[in-house]
Amino acid sequence: MRLEYFDMIDQVASFVPAEKRIVTRSTVPSKSPVFEGHFPGHPLVPGVLLTETMAQASGYLLLALNGLSQMPFLMMVDKARFRTFVEPDAVLDVSAELVHEGSGYAATKAKITIDGKPICDAELRFRLMPFPADMRALMEARIAAIGLNPEAA
Amino acid sequence: MSATFETVAAIISETCDIPREKITPQSHAIDDLGIDSLAFLDIAFAIDKAFGIKLPLEQWTQEVNEGKAPAEQYFVLENLCKRIDDLVAAKAA
Repeated sequence: MRLEYFDMIDQVASFVPAEKRIVTRSTVPSKSPVFEGHFPGHPLVPGVLLTETMAQASGYLLLALNGLSQMPFLMMVDKARFRTFVEPDAVLDVSAELVHEGSGYAATKAKITIDGKPICDAELRFRLMPFPADMRALMEARIAAIGLNPEAA
Repeated sequence: MSATFETVAAIISETCDIPREKITPQSHAIDDLGIDSLAFLDIAFAIDKAFGIKLPLEQWTQEVNEGKAPAEQYFVLENLCKRIDDLVAAKAA
């Protein structure tokens, strides 16, 4: 994870197209400018960045399922729950599943666990839109970097 | 009024915080009720779930943008409800 660059997903652990589900893994960095403010002497990953992490796992899932035909943009966070603190060096298992595929939008449920212990979860909704200029190439590079294979879908 | 309209009106009222009495079958979702595209996706999600269908919003939007269909055909509520009934019937067939 590179928190300050919003680069939240390190690698894909599993992608099961038939179940419309993905599990990714991320390791919280030991140090980050984010921890200088949140909080001095008591570093914790902000809930908003955990939400972003769940959104990115969901986004990669949607990209893989739609074969990079449309770009998902987060449009709603519902029922978000943050159950415990996340500290530096924690290894996060971030999972997401597609719960509804609408016309021009999609809904997922996502959660983060550490060693099987629930950390946070939320229901997320995404608007699916044509790729803005150059973003498709960026997403292709990110997907390759985390080891996701959209062809498997 | 139809059961479909009652369900749709309840969804719009709850999703967009619009008083139920302001929502009539002749209401235009955009022009009369002021529902924007993001809020309409919210409504579509609730309608999809309530009726077990998939509103073809992208197709409708394209038809309207290309001048192939008037917006009223899809966004006046009595017409929207007719489309929903058609989609439910097609799914059951």
